[in-house]
Amino acid sequence: MSSSSLTVQGLAKRYGDFVALAPTDLVVADGEFLTLLGPSGSGKTTLLSLLAGLVPPDEGVVRIGAQDVTYAPPYERDIGVVFQNYALFPHMTIAENIAFPLKMRKIPEAEAKKRAQEALEMVHLPHIAGRYPRELSGGQQQRVALARCMVYKPSIILMDEPLGALDKKLREHMQLEIKHLHRELGTTVVYVTHDQEEAMTMSDRICLMNSGRIEQLGTPADLYFRPRTLFVADFLGESNLLPASLGPRLGDEAEIRLGSAGIPGRALANGQDLPPGSPVRVMVRPQNLNIARPSGDETAVMGRVSDVMVTGSLTKIYMQPLDAALPPLVAAFATRNEAEAIRIDDVMALSWDSRDAVVIADSGPAAMPATTAKAA
Amino acid sequence: MSDQIMTMPHAAPRRGAPPAWRKPVLMGAPIVLLLTVFLVFPVGQLLALSVYNGQGFSLAPYQQLFSSSLYVTVLWITLKISLATTLVAVAGAYPIAYLISVTKGPAKSRLIFWVLLAFWTSFLVRAFAWVIILGRNGVINGTLMSLGIIDRPIDLLYGFGSVLVGMVHAMLPLAVMTMLAVMENIDRTLPRAASTLGARPGTAFWTVYFPLSLPGVAAAAIMVFVTAIGFFIVPALLGGRRETMITQLIIDQIQQTLNWGLAGAISVLLLTVVLAVFVLYDRVFGFATLTGETAGAAHNRDTAMRRLGGRVLGLLGAASDALIGLFPRRRPRGTGEMPSAGLRTLVWTMLVLISLPAFLMVPLSFGEAGLAWPPTGFSLQWYEQLFQSPLWMQALTRSLVVAFGTGLLSMAIGVPAAFLMVRTRMRGKGAMLAFILSPVIVPRMIIAVGMFYLFAQMGLVGTILGLVIGHTVVAVPYVVMTMTAVLRNYDTRLDLAAQSLGARPLAALRHVTFPILGAGMLSSFLFAFATSFDELTISLFSSGGLSATLPKQFWDEVTLQVSPVIAAVSTGLLVFVAVLIYAADRLRRRSLAS
Repeated sequence: MSSSSLTVQGLAKRYGDFVALAPTDLVVADGEFLTLLGPSGSGKTTLLSLLAGLVPPDEGVVRIGAQDVTYAPPYERDIGVVFQNYALFPHMTIAENIAFPLKMRKIPEAEAKKRAQEALEMVHLPHIAGRYPRELSGGQQQRVALARCMVYKPSIILMDEPLGALDKKLREHMQLEIKHLHRELGTTVVYVTHDQEEAMTMSDRICLMNSGRIEQLGTPADLYFRPRTLFVADFLGESNLLPASLGPRLGDEAEIRLGSAGIPGRALANGQDLPPGSPVRVMVRPQNLNIARPSGDETAVMGRVSDVMVTGSLTKIYMQPLDAALPPLVAAFATRNEAEAIRIDDVMALSWDSRDAVVIADSGPAAMPATTAKAA
Repeated sequence: MSDQIMTMPHAAPRRGAPPAWRKPVLMGAPIVLLLTVFLVFPVGQLLALSVYNGQGFSLAPYQQLFSSSLYVTVLWITLKISLATTLVAVAGAYPIAYLISVTKGPAKSRLIFWVLLAFWTSFLVRAFAWVIILGRNGVINGTLMSLGIIDRPIDLLYGFGSVLVGMVHAMLPLAVMTMLAVMENIDRTLPRAASTLGARPGTAFWTVYFPLSLPGVAAAAIMVFVTAIGFFIVPALLGGRRETMITQLIIDQIQQTLNWGLAGAISVLLLTVVLAVFVLYDRVFGFATLTGETAGAAHNRDTAMRRLGGRVLGLLGAASDALIGLFPRRRPRGTGEMPSAGLRTLVWTMLVLISLPAFLMVPLSFGEAGLAWPPTGFSLQWYEQLFQSPLWMQALTRSLVVAFGTGLLSMAIGVPAAFLMVRTRMRGKGAMLAFILSPVIVPRMIIAVGMFYLFAQMGLVGTILGLVIGHTVVAVPYVVMTMTAVLRNYDTRLDLAAQSLGARPLAALRHVTFPILGAGMLSSFLFAFATSFDELTISLFSSGGLSATLPKQFWDEVTLQVSPVIAAVSTGLLVFVAVLIYAADRLRRRSLAS
């Protein structure tokens, strides 16, 4: 895993005044599964197109292995691309589709035929070699696209929202299958999606992008539990983001004071080196909130229950803090059969362990409407 | 008795649903009626005249047809010219259509504007322009002489070359538009995918893009071939005796000798050839490709032909890549997917060449010296003559009235038919489509002659109504085709939404469907309008001697006495068409923006 298979330095792309990708650095390790995640227009597809050589960059360098391929055309890059709409050639049979890249590499016909058949077996479709793409279901086309991409063992496979057109159940099944194939073949994969669950499920690392730049790069756990920005905290899963002012550091934790009343507490400093007194946000995930029995290690907020919702395995409780400067909180518990019944208008306290709370620099209230809306 | 009258009409629609067959029949009936009475019947009558001369059966016309080698020779010449035209026009149209299909934004609109301008500029104007260019005092001879390259004019007109140039020029825009319909539907990620899989540009083009564009090439080829085989303007104006085409013989039989039997026999000959071509086409590609639908599952699995085709395309790809490899590679810069500068230069050169002939009319129309090149001086005398001529002015008024009437009638008949084709599931849809397209398939000359015979019996010759009906027959297939394309992109759930909100079907049509389809309907209308405005073949006979339309008047002037007024008329037509296309495009964009 140590050698890098893909290196990007200062890569940028503009269309007129629109910055599709600000100068970006990225290193992908050999055999890694890296996901480019982000909302539409965040630059993830632009980055993928630059890696594939479908679009020339304005500046920067792309290296595959040790080779500079910044301006190399796609057919000289030793990459494979799985397109969102699969891009199977409609006038060729499945066997011809899969043999196409082998033919381009001047591999003898008999050998190509054999390898195409092996690739079809790998994706569990051994009997469809003579059919045409339009005769297959969406899921089958998806597998053929994968087979066509893997058959020539490119050093990097780029996938552009390959599961976007499939229904939920098939999508989850294909996620596992792609993951399985990745482990089996050990190829480096760069995968584009806007689905955060898909990114969490599949990736070794996630590269979360926003308005043309990398917002945060790390393991799924890094991004979920230690987001560096409000955007990351908000994009991945549900979160409570409480305004606070930063107190002194205590090891890897920091003291905080919540809301207008300055409720004291502690949270992981999360590598922030802001001066004490700075306005910050404290993020706590709903499942890390407890119905309070305050002790020394815990921070607690008092409030009135505004809604109780059973969503299946989880029960969500929405609470309006008594301190009006704090936004509504949402807490999630495993659903139990009528135990500890909580009703609307109950006054209660929610608390959390300081190890489950992290400090995030406050980039201003403008970034926050989504969470407020979600909790209300 | 009286009870029945009281209850029947009111009770029927309220109780139970109307029978399921009623709506499709109401929508389909007008077009079926129109084409049966004014296409099938007159053409059938004309064909019958070839064996039935009013008193009894006789094969005399066929004896006459095959007794001398004249008719077979002319048929052979016709086929030769049509085939050559098809080959050159399709090959020339391919790069233009390709560039348009891969270009985006305003550059695309510009390209389309120039193709449309050529497409809608009257055949007559374009053919006549070549007379000016190639004539003894024409542009080419004039230029070469003034440069001192030649000292006597050379004969460029009245030969196979001049006919081919004129024919290709006439057919090229049609080929581009037909091909474009297919090329626009080719998924642009496919060539990219080929590239990521290791295909060099030449190979990606020949093994992926080109096979997918073949249905478009085939559709363009058949449209051009069928139009060319029934064409007479270019051979009449630019050809000599040895370039006489078969339609000219039909004109002669009717206008000079009124020999209906022989005209019918020639028509049978011509129609047989055309139908044979169409049957062949349907076997190979299927008619559905003509309306822009993707080819059905008619591919052969693994035939020797297919493998051979694959080999050939692979070799072509390798050859073009080797050729591309000879040039030093530039570092790709700029916006990525731009087509190469070489292709753009080629296409723009061709577009200039296509447009130029008609534009030559502009300086001539303001010159003092008439139609000789180069124009000298400046004068408005030709325009004055034009506006003072009652013949031209009446022809203009009549053409506008007829074109407007044709537009309205074609819409009234064609739009319901398009709804029927898109919205309902019925048996025999393919047959219905072939029937609706038949006015395009049957050579225009045969329709015109048959109609002339029928109109003479009905007393419709020389009437506005006759011309409107005649033009509607040939315009209505285009209305159905454009409206079918428009309707296919329309989300029918919007109608259901309107109806669920309380709108009755007619109200839903008025408040939801028509406003959304407005731009498409307008362009269908303009299509019909322009078809009629430029129609010559039917008008040639059915306008009678005295009530000419604008193209008929133009034709008479060009064939009888060539006057510079024609340059003024051509300029006027050019401006009219340009304004029309521009306005239609603006309207379309506004409706998209809202």
